[in-house]
Amino acid sequence: MAASETHQAIEAVFRIERARLIAGLARLMRDVDRAEELAQDALVTALAEWPRSGVPQNPGAWLMTAAKRRAIDGFRRDKMLARKHAELGRDLEDAQDDGARRIEAAMDDDVGDELLGLIFTACHPVLSREARAALTLRLIGGLQTDEIARAFLSSEATIAQRIVRAKRTIADAGLAFEVPRGAERDARLASVLEVIYLIFNEGYAATAGDDLIRPALCAEAQRLGRILTGLMPDDSEVFGLLALMEIQASRLNARTAGDGSLVPLPEQNRARWDQLLIHRGLAALTRAQALGGGRGPYALQAALAACHARARRAEDTDWKMIAALYDALREVMPSPVVDLNRAIAHSMAFGPEAGLALVEEIANASALRHYAPVPAAKGDFLFRAGRRAEAKIEFERAATLSRNAPEKAFLLKRAAACEG
Amino acid sequence: MRVMVMVKATKDSEAGLMPTTEMFEAMGKFNEELVKAGIMLNGDGLKPSSHGKRIAFDGASRTVIDGPFAETRELVAGFWIWEVKDMAEAVEWVKRCPNPMPGPSEIEIRPFYEMADFGEAVTPEIEERFQRLRDEVAGAKR
Repeated sequence: MAASETHQAIEAVFRIERARLIAGLARLMRDVDRAEELAQDALVTALAEWPRSGVPQNPGAWLMTAAKRRAIDGFRRDKMLARKHAELGRDLEDAQDDGARRIEAAMDDDVGDELLGLIFTACHPVLSREARAALTLRLIGGLQTDEIARAFLSSEATIAQRIVRAKRTIADAGLAFEVPRGAERDARLASVLEVIYLIFNEGYAATAGDDLIRPALCAEAQRLGRILTGLMPDDSEVFGLLALMEIQASRLNARTAGDGSLVPLPEQNRARWDQLLIHRGLAALTRAQALGGGRGPYALQAALAACHARARRAEDTDWKMIAALYDALREVMPSPVVDLNRAIAHSMAFGPEAGLALVEEIANASALRHYAPVPAAKGDFLFRAGRRAEAKIEFERAATLSRNAPEKAFLLKRAAACEG
Repeated sequence: MRVMVMVKATKDSEAGLMPTTEMFEAMGKFNEELVKAGIMLNGDGLKPSSHGKRIAFDGASRTVIDGPFAETRELVAGFWIWEVKDMAEAVEWVKRCPNPMPGPSEIEIRPFYEMADFGEAVTPEIEERFQRLRDEVAGAKR
């Protein structure tokens, strides 16, 4: 094997093992920064030794042992330094002895599944949402700081600082890198799912001209979701979120036109939907429902996405089902945007008057007063009800509120069509 | 990137020899690892080629050939579909797979084509035709 090929193989092994390695080390060291350093050191050792000795049978265990040895050496060196300078008290020496002993005791432990604990820590609610996302991508996704910065359209310095601060917050809070139990677990899990979906949506929002790393965030979030279903096979919302992401991602290829503009769902070429992802999404949704979580917010959103996925043609869409699902979703996840989508679904299922009645309620709510999609939807209902003059006013109002040039043009075109 | 990982057939798999309990267990453990790593999309085993058929094309003619087929080493006995970062990662994962057969065996990794690979070959017209066909099929079913 050529040297570069060996090198590449080692890098691939390391990529496979990295997150678990950091998870185990963070738990031992109670210091995520040091854990990352030690993992990196282990890679350097492997790069020096494996080309001669070959990749070991169990590379994960090998890397872990190498990292633990480095950790013990580190404790000893610190202790010697402390002695030399004689300026540190016995407490610190004791702490260093403790650390070294703790790791020596764990020297022969298997590389366990501490990954889940690391995921929960990186997504801890003491951190801001942005910090959680950056740290998760860094520690579990293995992305470099500059990649995360490009992915979030941010500067490298900002992201680096965000990660440093997050690590410090984790240290200050004395988090134990464990999976929470009992009532705390549900709240913490919600935070994990939120972060994964945030990463997914960041990728989904990417447009044609963007750096390729942005759309790759979808794949990364899906991978995180799949990992989580492997680690938490009895949690319905974990499957609900995965189902939602897989089904949404199935449309990624069909979503952009040749010129890079977005293609709305009814106009998408359904032959380009990824059937394997749809199949996986539907299976995950079935699992979520079987686990009794059919009414969870992610499972409901996945069920909505599934209605579209199941329709071979736009006109085959089961709008009555979609309307019923929005009725349920607004109970568990009340939001004006859900209400607007619900109004649209009802208009498709039961006619424009049904939509009008519901949109009237929303239009009066202050949150969406300047939100273009509300008058746009209202215009559409009025148009379909044959009330063209009123529809025209709504489309024009929507065009005034819209800040997106193609959308504005589209709305004005619809307004003009009311005069025909 | 998406890859198909193919377990090549052997005399044993072609004879319909079932894996031992130990092999089932080892493979189950490996599959679990794949799921936990988030790379496994799909996978299954295939019956021996004696259950299979081939359709040979030559111009307008179509000839159906019944299995079994002779060139055992070129046959597929099972497959996975994985989502990995690159081929190197797929190779490392395959190395961790327990030997799927009682004797010597082979596993082959092949990357999927992606939309970008087709370049200009798939025109919007071709895509539209696909969609029309699909619509007709859907219409006929109703």
